[in-house]
This record gives sequence, structure tokens and C-alpha cells, in this order.
Amino acid sequence: MMDDFYRENILDHYKNPRNHGHLDHPTATAEGVNPLCGDELAVELEVDDGVVTDIRYNGRGCAISQAAASMLSDVVKGKRVEDLAGIGKEDVLEELGIPLTPIRLKCAMLSVGVLKVALSELTGDPLPDEWSDPSSGIEWKSA
Amino acid sequence: MAVKEFTTPLDLEAIRADFPILQRPVHGKRLVFLDSAASSQKPRQVIDTIVDVYETSYANVHRGVYHLGAVATERYEGARDIMAGFLNANSRNEVVFVRQATEGLNLVAYAYGRTFVKEGDAIVATEMEHHSNMVPWQYLAQQTGATLHYLRMTDDGRLDPESLERLSDLENVKLVTAAHVSNSLGTINDIPALARWAHDRGAVLVVDGAQAAPHRRVDVQALDCDFYALSGHKMCGPGAGVLWGRERLLDAMPPFLTGGEMIRTVQLERTTWNDLPWKFEAGTPAIAESIALGAAAQYLQGIGLEAIEAHEHALVAYGYDVLDGIDGVTQYGPKPPDRAGILSFNVGDVHPHDVAQVLDSEGIAVRAGHHCTQPLMRRFDLTATTRASVYLYNGTDDIDALAEGIEKVKQTFGI
Repeated sequence: MMDDFYRENILDHYKNPRNHGHLDHPTATAEGVNPLCGDELAVELEVDDGVVTDIRYNGRGCAISQAAASMLSDVVKGKRVEDLAGIGKEDVLEELGIPLTPIRLKCAMLSVGVLKVALSELTGDPLPDEWSDPSSGIEWKSA
Repeated sequence: MAVKEFTTPLDLEAIRADFPILQRPVHGKRLVFLDSAASSQKPRQVIDTIVDVYETSYANVHRGVYHLGAVATERYEGARDIMAGFLNANSRNEVVFVRQATEGLNLVAYAYGRTFVKEGDAIVATEMEHHSNMVPWQYLAQQTGATLHYLRMTDDGRLDPESLERLSDLENVKLVTAAHVSNSLGTINDIPALARWAHDRGAVLVVDGAQAAPHRRVDVQALDCDFYALSGHKMCGPGAGVLWGRERLLDAMPPFLTGGEMIRTVQLERTTWNDLPWKFEAGTPAIAESIALGAAAQYLQGIGLEAIEAHEHALVAYGYDVLDGIDGVTQYGPKPPDRAGILSFNVGDVHPHDVAQVLDSEGIAVRAGHHCTQPLMRRFDLTATTRASVYLYNGTDDIDALAEGIEKVKQTFGI
């Protein structure tokens, strides 16, 4: 199992991240920090008529946190905001396609976490408990 | 790469045979355990002691009129004598069993600090401290109104003598504290010099010995410190530790935790305290663990602390050279020989979590992160490093495996 931890597609997303950088006029933004390992990730969404027309991630951290963000950005782009309400851990794990220990799970979940914070800012819906729980060890900040 | 020299006074093969876990493969590969600074593995002698206590000698201590209670007490107090000898304490009364160094340091911060450190007083610590020897003093300063000052580090991770100089006019210094050995960089601090500096000012010196006591002979009288805390789990023992303190200081301190065991008489209104060291051992202690800590200390003494230190110094020098020869590896901390058995490094810009993950796939266990020293990391503009720490059961084969593992990291991430 460990030998294909850094599968080609994970390394590809890490080295050539999709939708990386900043938007000129983001509709919603959020950022998160995992103080345990220093991973930092911010997301910027451009929403037009209820559709995520563009997305950018930026930050720094391990291959898992950065690759997960890149993969998720492809999933999110073009989707309706209401269709993203159910997006969660499983979607990231499915994209990564590898089993993760609890420590590395936090790395992977940084990307979906900041997305949830940005979406909750956008819709006004409260952040689900799963993501607002301080025991997640991750600090979120919305713009 | 130049040919590295390595000689050791230890019989590595015999020592490894003592550690059952080292015989078990990880991911189908030989376990290369390079994380003893976080917690060490346990020899058969210690594991057997724990089993033996529960199979032959277990009961609560200091209470039983019956035979088993007397045997358990004798073994528990016997472990205290062993630890007193291990630290060259003046008296067994100076040896307090705690859970680990963290608890020992907190005991000092609460019982000594909240009695003898007042508003306007000064506490001096170092910026290389583990959070366990930083946060208790921050909290003490916040609660008492004392000021907290930090000794800085040089770029190669030593205590900066100039920062000591800068604090030379500081008044009302009541407590100085430092790690004997840095858990992140392997820096070895000059404890007798810090003790002189503290005592010149009428202050006490508290030493976090978590990274030193397992690896070198510690003589608290020669070090001339006032408190010394160690963790048993880092020295081949289980979850029990020791706080050593000068008897006159422990005597002058109020209790830390209160309850059973630490009392002499209890009336509804007031209580009188037990004698040292039991005054600081509230409640039923970790009986089997403390006894097994004694067994761990005897195991290390049997091999020889000087020999263990010499082995680790030779090994870390070998390791430093090997890593120095790998393109893309940056090392942090002092150059050997002024360095205990800890290597701290980064591989290019690969995150240490990724380094550790790739190494794990090769059966190599290292620590990746800030090592509970966030201020130290910030000092060097880092968020994390990969740390490989050695102990008496590590050899050059482990370092060579690490070097090969790093090559795989470089390959995986295209460095």
C-alpha cells in the first residue's frame, strides 16, 4: 500500500496544481491553517448566477494537502453552489484514492474544509459541526 | 562521499537482541527506528519486570499490612533508590516519581513558582525549549505578573552567550530554566555555567533533562542545578518519570497535588503533609511503571551511560557527514562533536510529512513536524523539519538506510 502512496496522479497534481493562484474579483474566500504541520491553504470562488464559474487555491504544505486542493478544484469548478452542499471528506478521499492515517487525513481535509467555510459564507448556512469542531485541529478564517 | 569513520564501545548485536520490537519487520522491511527522542523502545528486561510485578508483587504501596503490600512497597521504594543513584542525588528524599518530565516541570512551576516567584520578578528561559518547558513558565508569568525573558540562539542553534550578557543586569531573577539537550537540534547546553549564572543572582536553575538523562551520565551534583526532570519512556522505561529537586527547596515548597499518600494527618479543617518525597506523590502512584523505570535505569547502567554517550556521539557524527554528502539536504543545529544524537534536516522543499511518509514505506521511522518547539522553528524561519534521533540500538546500517530512503524521497519528488 505504502509504495503507491505517492501515485503518479497525486504527484502530478502536487507538481502541477490546477487552478492555483488568485482571482481578480473573488465572490467568496476562506483560509485554513493546520498548526500541527504548518500547512496553509486559501480558496477563492467566483460565483455567477449560482454557479462556481472559477476557483483558485493557494497556499503551502505537504503533497497531500496541495494535491487534494488541486483535485478538488476540478470537481468544484462549474458546479452549482446548491449541488456542493453535500461535498465532504468522501469526495476528497475518492479523488486521492489512497488510505490515509488520521494525521495525514487532516492534510487532505484542509482543502475541503476551506471550501466549506467559503460556501457557508456565500450561502449564509452555518458551517456543519464536522467542520467547525475545534477538535479538528484546523483553524479556519473567512474573509 | 568520503569514507566515514565509526567505532563504538557497544556490542550492538547483543543490545538489539534485547529489544523484541526490533525483530519485527515493518511493511515487510527491517524496522529502522530513528524516533527515540519522541519515545524509546523497550528491552526485554523492562518488559519482563512489568510482567513480573503484576504476576508476583502487585498491591498498593505504603498501606498493606499484608505480605504483597510490603513486597510492592519494597520494590517501589527500591526503584527510588536506583533513580537516586542514577542521578547521583544526595538523598532518596530528593527523588519524586511523576508521570513524565512535563509533569515534573509543572510541579516546579506550580509548587515552587507560585510560592517564590512574585509580581515584578524575572524568569529566564531559552527559545530552544520544548513546549513542555516553555508553556509552564509563560503561564506562571501570566499568573504571577513576573516577566519572562528568553536566551536566544546562534544561527547554528547554540545558546547565544551575548544574550546571556544582555540579561546580566536583569533584576529579581528568581528562576532560570533550560533543556540539558535540545530535542529539535541536539544542542548540548552548558548546565554548570547556567547554574553559576542563576546562583549568582540568587535564582534557581530548573533543567529539562528529557533528552539527556536517557543518553548520558547525569550527575545532578556536578551539574549544580536545583531541579532536574526526566521521562522514563524516553530511557527504555514505561510511562513514569522523575523530578529531582534539592531537598531544602522541596522542603520549603507546598504540595502540588493533594489527596491520599501525601498527607500525615487529616482533620476536617486541616491537614499536615507527609515527609519528602511522598509529599509530592498524591494518590496511588504508577507502581509497576516506576519499578520498571528502575529496571530501565539498571539496564542502561549495566551497558554504561558513558559508553552509550560515546556510541551516539560517534553515530551522530557519522550521520551528519552522510547527510552532508547528499545534495539537496539542509541540516540544522550545531556540527558534531558538539551535538547529541539528533539529526534535524529538510530535503529540498519537500514537506517533512512527505519525507517521513516515503521513509515509512522503507521501514524507517522518523519524526516530521515542529517537534513541540514552534518558537525554535520560527527562529530558523521553518515550519517543520524531519528529525532522526539515535539511541543505543541504532547503528551505521540505520543511517545508511536513512540515506537510501532520502534518495527515494528525492526520486519521488524529482529533486
